[in-house]
Amino acid sequence: MRNKLWICLALVLIVPGLLTMVSCETQNVKTDDQSTSDGTGTDTGGTDAGTTSSGDGTISATGEFIPGTTFANEQDKFFKELVYFEYDRSTLTENSQEILTFKAEYMRKNPNLSVSVEGHCDERGTNEYNLSLGDMRAASTKAFLVDLGVDPGRVSTVSYGEERPDIEGHNEIAWAKNRRAAVASSD
Amino acid sequence: MIRYFIKPAIVCTIFFILILTHPCIADDDNYNYIDIDNPSSRKIPIAIPVFVNTAGSAADSPVFKQMSDLMIESLEFTRYFNVIDRGAYLVDPVNPAITRDKVKFQNWSTIGADFLVTGGLKLSGNNIKLELRLFDTVKGKRLVGKGYRGTVSDQRQIIHRFCSEIVRHFTGSRGIFNSKIAFVSTGTGNKEIYTCDFDGHRPKQFTNNKSINISPAWSSDGKWLAYTSFLKRKPDIYIKDLKKQEKGAVIAKKGLNISPAWRPGKFVLAATLSFSGAQKIYLLTGTGKVIRKLTRNWGSDLSPTWSPDGQKIAFVSDRSGNPHIYVMDVNTGQTERLTFHGKYNTQPSWSPRGDRITYSSIEKGSGNIYVIGIEDQDPIRLTDKSGNNESPTWSPDGSLIAFSSTREGRSRIFVMTSYGTDQKRLLALPGKQSNPKWSPSFTK
Repeated sequence: MRNKLWICLALVLIVPGLLTMVSCETQNVKTDDQSTSDGTGTDTGGTDAGTTSSGDGTISATGEFIPGTTFANEQDKFFKELVYFEYDRSTLTENSQEILTFKAEYMRKNPNLSVSVEGHCDERGTNEYNLSLGDMRAASTKAFLVDLGVDPGRVSTVSYGEERPDIEGHNEIAWAKNRRAAVASSD
Repeated sequence: MIRYFIKPAIVCTIFFILILTHPCIADDDNYNYIDIDNPSSRKIPIAIPVFVNTAGSAADSPVFKQMSDLMIESLEFTRYFNVIDRGAYLVDPVNPAITRDKVKFQNWSTIGADFLVTGGLKLSGNNIKLELRLFDTVKGKRLVGKGYRGTVSDQRQIIHRFCSEIVRHFTGSRGIFNSKIAFVSTGTGNKEIYTCDFDGHRPKQFTNNKSINISPAWSSDGKWLAYTSFLKRKPDIYIKDLKKQEKGAVIAKKGLNISPAWRPGKFVLAATLSFSGAQKIYLLTGTGKVIRKLTRNWGSDLSPTWSPDGQKIAFVSDRSGNPHIYVMDVNTGQTERLTFHGKYNTQPSWSPRGDRITYSSIEKGSGNIYVIGIEDQDPIRLTDKSGNNESPTWSPDGSLIAFSSTREGRSRIFVMTSYGTDQKRLLALPGKQSNPKWSPSFTK
């Protein structure tokens, strides 16, 4: 009960503030070839005109990968569920914030756990700029966890830029899946 | 593993001797160099017959052709010369002439070869004695004459020395023959840094740490190579002595330590660090100590490149919302935006001549190489939408640009003139090659 109450409080009080804070801190770059006016990516139906289906998930009109994966247990979900980003952006989408809210709660329940957040990019773009972008993605991911009460000393960040793709491939699905932040145990 | 650029033994064995009575006859005092960088000016027509055996017998060793072919290849690499095909030569194969009193200049000017290089080679065992001469066939005049001694394994150095003389005759600069190119290759399954000669020959693996190694940067004296490596599972800058690999510093602050660039003439570099939270460009000593923060605006600043006088940097910043190139005076801090076209301009490289900056611009998902004048700020696209073109870098004389391209499928390194003409692949190794960085000219 107390846990739930805590989460509710967090969601009601902190998250709206975070939304404005995070978007002030991080850069919000629009790409010209992608419409941002409709379908911000919470619809995982795949029938939407603005989405692309890839088998284990969909890509929203803004380029965010929305996974349809299910996880065996909380631990599995904590380590394997990735946070995805839109092209050339490091701001957290609604979906990412939901995933990170779960991760913050998991870290609260496992107080001895320290993690490393890895920021990654797709292969488009240039190496050094992508290292910079991956750093921003890891930083905004960490900032969100910290704002939900996680001790900053328990979260380190590292950018891999475009150097460690999750998926090999040169198409929208591979790119969308590679624009991500992953959480790994830093032990 | 690596790697002495100039093996002292070789230097000792190449005796640089002048065999002709009037050494540097080449340059009149008021000689005007032609603007041969401009692609609208005609390439210099030159003939380079197979070297002649001065020992009297026939040129029966493959070395005669090898060395003269290497000269053709090396001069053609500069993009300044049009080497006339040997099939057109009107020479007496039994008694080919190599000296001014014997050469029939009309035979050469008739076939359009305004210039001629002759070589007289004496081969005894492994030892080489080579006389090389450059002639103006229209005026019937010898322009340069030099003699070299060495061993068969020195042939590249010997030929490149004379090529330097030839290029200096026409341009006033010694050219690129003493330079190298560092690059990243994935042949081992990891991104490792390699070096090769300016023409792609003699590739050598420089790093061998099985992590990710990118962004090689040469110090202006050619002694140090800095690069970004994930050896400790995060991006840090490593500074290595090119001769003794074990020496050097590591810049491994919290967060990013990327995009090193050496200040010309100094043991100082600019690099992007994010230990303070924001990604800013700092000035650091070659031993890795922060001197001061250079950029202060909102946004991420990265990929600095120095003006040849060491007073300014160009760099990438996303302060406008998209990555663009900016120029900053490091003394006053005064900063101006340089690029306004497109939405993704990164990887600036400042010309050694000072007047232009090359960079890559991503348009509709693929990259192209541009050049922009510091003064006119007029961007000119040099690659024509074939594949993804990235990481442009100037040759030390400012005449050529190396870059990576996927136009043939896998990423390879290409070289073109600074006007975008004569785009040719430099080399193809196993894996992918990217991130070329041209060295300064090594002085001996």
